Amino acid sequence: MTASESGRASSPLDTFPRLLLNHAATRGDRPATREKFLGIWQTWTWSQVEQEVRAMACGLAQLGFKRGDNLAIVGDNRPRLYWAMCAAQMLGGVPVPMYQDAVSAEMVFVLTDGEIRFAIVEDQEQVDKLLEIKAQCPSLQHILYDDPRGMRHYTQSGLQSLDEVIAMGRIHDKNQPDFIPSEIAKGRTEDVAVMLYTSGTTGKPKGVCQTHETFIAAAQSGVGFDSLTDQEDILSYLPMAWVGDHLFSYAQAMVAGFTINCPESGDTVMNDLREIGPTYYFAPPRVFENLLTTVMIRMEDASAMKRSMFHYFMTVAKRCGSDILDQKPNVAASDRLLYALGNLLIYGPLRNVLGMSRVRVAYTAGAAIGPDLFRFYRSIGVNLKQLYGATETCAAVCLQPDREIKFDSVGKPAPGVEVKISDNGEVLVRGKLLLKEYYKRPDATAEVIDADGWFHTGDAGFFDEDGHLKIIDRAKDVGKLSNAAIFAPNYIENKLKFFPHIKEAVCFGHDRDMVCAFINIDMGAVGNWAERRGLPYSGYTDLAAKPEVLELIRECVEQVNADLSHDAMVAETQIHRFLVLHKELDPDDDELTRTRKVRRGFVAEKYCVLIDALYSGKTSQFIETQVKFEDGRTGKVAADLPICEAKTFPALKKAA
Amino acid sequence: MNGRKIGEVVLDLKNISLSFGGVKALQDISFNVLEHEVRAIIGPNGAGKSSMLNVINGVYRPQQGDIILRGEHHTNMDSYGAAKAGLARTFQNIALFKGMSVLDNIMTGRNLKMKANMLQQAFWFGPAQREELEHRAKVEEIIDFLEIQHIRKTPVGRLPYGLQKRVDLARALAMEPQILLLDEPMAGMNVEEKQDMCRFILDVNDQFGTTVVLIEHDMGVVMDISDRVVVLDYGKKIGDGTPDEVRANPDVISAYLGASH
Repeated sequence: MTASESGRASSPLDTFPRLLLNHAATRGDRPATREKFLGIWQTWTWSQVEQEVRAMACGLAQLGFKRGDNLAIVGDNRPRLYWAMCAAQMLGGVPVPMYQDAVSAEMVFVLTDGEIRFAIVEDQEQVDKLLEIKAQCPSLQHILYDDPRGMRHYTQSGLQSLDEVIAMGRIHDKNQPDFIPSEIAKGRTEDVAVMLYTSGTTGKPKGVCQTHETFIAAAQSGVGFDSLTDQEDILSYLPMAWVGDHLFSYAQAMVAGFTINCPESGDTVMNDLREIGPTYYFAPPRVFENLLTTVMIRMEDASAMKRSMFHYFMTVAKRCGSDILDQKPNVAASDRLLYALGNLLIYGPLRNVLGMSRVRVAYTAGAAIGPDLFRFYRSIGVNLKQLYGATETCAAVCLQPDREIKFDSVGKPAPGVEVKISDNGEVLVRGKLLLKEYYKRPDATAEVIDADGWFHTGDAGFFDEDGHLKIIDRAKDVGKLSNAAIFAPNYIENKLKFFPHIKEAVCFGHDRDMVCAFINIDMGAVGNWAERRGLPYSGYTDLAAKPEVLELIRECVEQVNADLSHDAMVAETQIHRFLVLHKELDPDDDELTRTRKVRRGFVAEKYCVLIDALYSGKTSQFIETQVKFEDGRTGKVAADLPICEAKTFPALKKAA
Repeated sequence: MNGRKIGEVVLDLKNISLSFGGVKALQDISFNVLEHEVRAIIGPNGAGKSSMLNVINGVYRPQQGDIILRGEHHTNMDSYGAAKAGLARTFQNIALFKGMSVLDNIMTGRNLKMKANMLQQAFWFGPAQREELEHRAKVEEIIDFLEIQHIRKTPVGRLPYGLQKRVDLARALAMEPQILLLDEPMAGMNVEEKQDMCRFILDVNDQFGTTVVLIEHDMGVVMDISDRVVVLDYGKKIGDGTPDEVRANPDVISAYLGASH
C-alpha cells in the first residue's frame, strides 16, 4: 500500500490512475468490477483491480508503450478492456476505444488516423479483423488478445496473449515497485485521458480528445447531481467507444467508486440485468424501446384476464403514475390507492421483469426519446430522466433534476456548465467539460469552438419559461416546407417509432409541399402479429410487402397525423404518403451510424428513386439494393414497393 | 497452421457385415479411424451410414467382423460399454429431453461420471452435492465453448432446430469422449448454422484432440472439414481416402450421379 499512499500524498486526485489508487487505499475491499463467467458472477475488489491494472501497465511498458502513445481497445465490455484504459493512462498514454461491430475497413481509418501501435482486443474475431488490415496500417505493431480461445495456431509476430503480458508485468512491478508510482506522478490533469471517435452522421469520423480534467469534472457534476455513492451497481453493456458508456462505466465509476458489472455475452443482457438489479441505469432510447416492445409482445400473448388487468392499471399509471413519482400534492386519494394496488399487481412485477426493481436513477440520452415511451417508464415508477450532451462535451450538458421532469425537455444545465442559444437557434455550450481538440484537426476544432470559447453543438433548441432546454432537432435537419411551415423530421419520426410495429422511420419534406416517409417495420413485433393472424411470410422483404402489414402501418401513421393536428406548430407536417422499405436500415450498409442514428443525407441519396416516386404520385416503385452481410459478402434485395396514402386531419385550434 | 497431430489407429473395423433378415445393410466393410482425425462416412440414402455408426457404438451387433478399439476386441459391445469406452454420439433426429432445460440436458451427459448413490442424490447431501458442483462447472465450460449461455435455462423444446443440434453436441461433449460420433450434424440447417457447426466441430477436434467420426450428406461440408472420407453405397464400401482422392474416384462419381449399378 505504500505506493498508493505516496501516489495519494504527492498530488490531488486529478487523474484517473490517482483515483484508482485512492479507491484501492480507501475502499480496497469493495467490489469494483464484476463479470459473469462460466455462469457465475466473478468479483474483483478495488485493490485487486489496482494490482491488475499495474501489472498490465508494466507489461505494456516492457513491450515499449510510451508516454503519448495511443492504445486501441476493441471488444465487448470486458473487465480487462476497462482496466486497459487505466493501464494506458498510468503510462501517460491515451486509450482509444473502438466500436467492436465495425467491419475491418472502417477500422483502418481510426488505426491510421490515430497512428496506433498497440491494440488490445477481445478475441479471435477481432484479431482476425486486425490481421486482415494490418498491411494497410503500418504503425500497428502489437496486438494483444484477452480471450485465448482458438488462438493456439496463430503465429504472426506481434501477436500476444494479454495473460502473458500481465504475467510479465507482474514480475516487473515486483522488481521495480517505484516504476508505476513515478509514472503516475508524471501524469498531469491537463493530459489527454481518452480519445473517442465521433460516429459521424456526416463525413469522416474525428477523434475527440478529452483530458483527465474535463472528464473528471463531467463525472463529478453527474455524481453530485444525483448523489451517487460507492454503493451503486451499474450494468456495462453499451459499446465502450460511446461517450455515454465511457462517462457512466468508466469516469463516474472511477470518481464515485461504484461497481460496474459486465454481462456474460451480448445475448444474455436481459438476464444479467435481472440478476444484478442495477441501481443506476443508462441506455439510449432504442434500448428502452426494445425492452418495451418485448414486454408488449409478451403481454399480447398473455391470458385475457392478465391482459385486461394490465391495460386497466396502465391507464391508472398513465393518469397519475408520474405525478406520484414526482411527489406532486394534487393526486386524488382514490388514484393513490389504485396506484398502490397496481404497484403490487402490475408495476412491481413489470419492473422486476425489466430488471429495474432497484433502479434509483435511470438516464437516457443519445437521441431524442418519444414522450410516450418516456412517460411509460416514469408511470410505472422508474425514475427515468433525460440528459443531453455530445462526445465533445463528455456527454453531460443538461440533466433533468428530480421532481422537475418534463417529457419534452432535456433539463437544466449541469453545475458549472453555461448554455446559451445563438441567434440562429443553435445550442452553444461553454464550461470545463469541453473537448481539448479534434485529433490532428485544428481546422475542425476551430470550426466548432468560437473565439469566446463557446462550443457549437449543431442542435437546434430553445429554453422554455422554467429554464429547461428543449431540443427540436439537429440544426441542419430542421427545414421548411414550401409553404414555410417548420419541418422537424426527428420529431415526427419519434412519434412513429413509439409504435412497437415501427422500428425506424425517415421523413422527408424540406422544400417540398408535403411530408412523406420511409418506414422500417419491427421484425419481432410485426412477425408476432402476423403469426397470430395466421399470415405466412418468408422474411423481412416479404412481410414488409403484405397488404395487411401496410394497412397496420397506415393506422399508425394516421394516428400520428391525428396527434400532429393537435399542435399548431407542427400541424402542417402531417404525413401524406409513405412506403415500407424492403430492407432494414443497417450500419453495415452505411445507412445508420454505429450508434444507430439515421444518416439522413445518405439515405435520401441512396433511395432517391423512392423519394421521387413518393412525390410524383406513383402507386408503386421497383427498387434493387445491394446489401452487405456480416461476413463481408454482398447480395441484392429487390422489390416492387407499393406506396400508400395516409389520411390527414385539419389543424385544430388550441383553446386560448 | 494446424497443430494437432494425427496419431495411431484408434478404431479398426474389419470385414463388418450386418443384415436384417434378407436385407444386407453392410457387406464386408473395413476401414479404420486414426487418433485426432476427422473421419467422414458419406453415401447416398440407404447406403448404410447410420447402420455403420450404430455398429460402432454398440446399438447393432454385426453378424460378422471385428471391432478393435485401442487394440482390444469390442465386437460384443453394447451401448453402455461403448459409452464407458469413451464413445459419445449425437443423433440425426435429435434425441433430447424436450421439457428439460438446456443445462439439465447437458448435465445428463455427465451421468456416467457421477459416483454418488441414488439416496444421496435424492436428498442432495454430502458427496452428491460436491459432485454436482464439479459437474456443473464442467458443463458451464461446455456452454461457454459452444456459446449457448443465453439459452442456459430455456426448455429445449422451445429452441429452434439449429440450436437444438448444438445442445445435442453439448451433451455428447459433456461425456468428455475420446471418440465423438456425429450423425448428420448439419442436416436441416441453413448456411450460417452450418458454418457455425463446422467451426465448433473443428474447434472440438483441435482444442480437446477429440477424434470425430461423422456422417454427412452435404458434400461441400464433408470435403472442407474431414481428413479422410469413406464412401458407402448399397452397404458396400466403394471409396476410401482423402477428400481429393475420393472426389476423383470414378465409382463415387457414378454413385452420386446416379449411373447404373
